[in-house]
Amino acid sequence: MFKSVLIANRGEIARRIIKTCKRLNIRTIAVYSEADQDSPHVHEADEAHLIGPPRVSDSYLNVDKVIEVAKETKAEAIHPGYGLLSENTDFSKRIQDEGITFIGPDPYAIEQMGSKLTARKTMDQAGVPIIPGTQDAIANAEEAIDYANKIGYPVMLKASHGGGGIGMQIVNSDEELTKAFESNARRAEQFFGNGTMFIEKVIEHAHHVEIQLLADHHGNVIHLFDRECSVQRRHQKVIEEAPSPLLTEETRERMADAAIKAAKAIDYKNAGTIEFLVDEDQNFYFLEMNTRLQVEHPVTEKITGVDLVEQQLNVAYGKVLSIKQEDLMINGHSIEARIYAEDPKTFFPSPGTITDLKLPEGDHIRHDVAVKANYQVTPYYDPMIAKLIVTGDTRLDAIEKMKDALDGYHVEGIKTNIPLLKDVVVSEAFKEGHTRTSFIQDHILINQ
Amino acid sequence: MNQLVANMAGNVWKVVVSEGDQVNSGDDIVILESMKMEIPIAAEAGGSIKELKVNEGDFVNEGDVIAIIE
Repeated sequence: MFKSVLIANRGEIARRIIKTCKRLNIRTIAVYSEADQDSPHVHEADEAHLIGPPRVSDSYLNVDKVIEVAKETKAEAIHPGYGLLSENTDFSKRIQDEGITFIGPDPYAIEQMGSKLTARKTMDQAGVPIIPGTQDAIANAEEAIDYANKIGYPVMLKASHGGGGIGMQIVNSDEELTKAFESNARRAEQFFGNGTMFIEKVIEHAHHVEIQLLADHHGNVIHLFDRECSVQRRHQKVIEEAPSPLLTEETRERMADAAIKAAKAIDYKNAGTIEFLVDEDQNFYFLEMNTRLQVEHPVTEKITGVDLVEQQLNVAYGKVLSIKQEDLMINGHSIEARIYAEDPKTFFPSPGTITDLKLPEGDHIRHDVAVKANYQVTPYYDPMIAKLIVTGDTRLDAIEKMKDALDGYHVEGIKTNIPLLKDVVVSEAFKEGHTRTSFIQDHILINQ
Repeated sequence: MNQLVANMAGNVWKVVVSEGDQVNSGDDIVILESMKMEIPIAAEAGGSIKELKVNEGDFVNEGDVIAIIE
């Protein structure tokens, strides 16, 4: 096994990776920006190195600096976490050239899935159902309008290189599309360095369901079942659960088969997730592949008993997957609530100092937390400050336990979305599994 | 005279107007960026921009004055 791993990330995911590395006696090397000097991940790693000023472009996205630290500290591998450099082909190529292992897929697979347009083509050819939409990039708003009128409004406008909800928008008219095309292309250009746009049909009443995969360097690909992540705001997930309450056993199997086929089509290695939209008639369509560990991976770990980070390390080291498909089964039901530093009604960010933090305790509760009491949440990074994961014997049991856990969760000094999370889990619609991607709009905001 | 204040902490991503410009209520004055989100700050009343207190790239706290409109 690797003797040392550099974690090129911050916050809760850096801590999460450090935890497994420690258990496996791997030396951990953290990196941090000037804004994160006091962050828990800096103190928990065996060593920590300052890599620059607060802004991500000057620190966590500074490829030269991260590589320099990796070389200086003789790190054998780099775990990129999620976001930041995790899907950056240039980074993964360069560290390979330095003889350092990238804990993730090879640059080819990242590239194939990094462009949503390319990914759609690849999946279509592999026989995985895709959402009806444009085959190629749309050059301008006029072309977008022509196509939208052919398939009919509403349509989903998307940036091919977008992510995290940025660069995508549902549009209902020519006028809206003209405005949305310019603004989303510009945002995608600014955030992802590529403003290529395309259009997909809107799948009505869709749920967001994804399949967790693990693949080794010896041709073995297994799935670890599904997660449903339909409860979203601004196209970002808020509550995730495993397994999905929507799927029938037959659909569950068909989707897992499709996901494995998709991974094999690009010779995928390491942990990855295939996201699908599923309608209420159990039709499913490929949405995208995330070539990294997901934020919501804990719910899969809870229902399968598998430590995904450990598996990532094993696979990256070249080991044959020790888990066989037939070894895996779904055990119970797990729900994750993302705690965001934001106004629960407007979703505006709420950076500031956390004056007090009290977390609920229990065997059924897992905390992945980026912050602590007397800690300043800065405006430079993602608003997610913690994840609360609650597991029960059944979905209803997990929901009840989540309600209690949220009641015992106290963050003072900044605004958080905890009131929204409570509204979701107590709602009848959530209990009944009516979790379309429009859930927050349909069931929460409408009552405010 | 009207003070336009920041409703959240963040970086000034874009200054949309210049001093002396005439603006209407609801027009965007600056766009703040915080926690990977861009939030336009709009004029609450019309008038001319007497003074811009921020530049692109500045960091503002909630309640900081962004512009004076009269």
